[in-house]
Amino acid sequence: MLDRSLINKNYPTVKFDVEKQRLKFFAKATGQTDPIYFDEIIAREKGFPSILAPPTFLTTVAYEQNNPNQYIYDLSVNMKDVLHAGQIYKYHSLVFAGDIITMDSKIKDMYDKKNGSLEFVEFESLYTNQNGKLVVESLSTLVIR
Amino acid sequence: MNKWDCRSAKIGDNLPELLIETISRTKLALYAGASGDHNPIHIDTDYTKRIGLSDVIAHGMLIMGYLGRVLTNNLNQNQILEYGVQFSSITNIGDKLACSGIVKEILNNKKNKIIKLELKVKDQNNDTKLKGYSLIKTS
Repeated sequence: MLDRSLINKNYPTVKFDVEKQRLKFFAKATGQTDPIYFDEIIAREKGFPSILAPPTFLTTVAYEQNNPNQYIYDLSVNMKDVLHAGQIYKYHSLVFAGDIITMDSKIKDMYDKKNGSLEFVEFESLYTNQNGKLVVESLSTLVIR
Repeated sequence: MNKWDCRSAKIGDNLPELLIETISRTKLALYAGASGDHNPIHIDTDYTKRIGLSDVIAHGMLIMGYLGRVLTNNLNQNQILEYGVQFSSITNIGDKLACSGIVKEILNNKKNKIIKLELKVKDQNNDTKLKGYSLIKTS
């Protein structure tokens, strides 16, 4: 059984500069084709301040830190028993090149199913931009077999 | 780009299906670099063999990124209120994926009409890789 006292444990804030080149690389790697993901001039013609970040781009922020999987290590489980079971994003504002994003994360909940043989951990990340506006909420669900 | 006219959407309407080029090691290497997820299970066959897997496996988040294109190809991104997936099975090298979306519910709140889409990624054997949903606003 997982240590439920870890619920609400917070993790260090991560700061992330959203750069044009990185956005283009991510858009290319996920197969985007619309020039608003690649071309700043076209993005501006469409009324955006710069190149747009695709919907799943903020997954990159977690990997800016030295130990992106620290919360999994804290669970004291074998890495091979952990699966990323689900991912939800809630969007409040678009993210563009030039934004500075702050990520604040915590273990939000833990629960079990099938009489404890499957345990679930919900990990929440809140992304705020340079104006202090909450732009995206992320909820990742891990299952431990 | 021509966007899908969601204002006249009806339950059961399909979004255009999106076919993904065959999953290759190059695609996984590029996504590892772009996302920062350098877990060797996605890029290093020496590593996967040591842990008893015959080959690398795709990042689940890459497949979520592909499925997201069903939304961004057909809608303005600022219409997307929520996008979520469940990862159902592993995607392997050589898989050919098809991403689809269907109008599941139409919800009316005071301000806006909200459409709930059901999203799915299937492979060449009709095996479901991801099940997802999205809530989108129509204006």
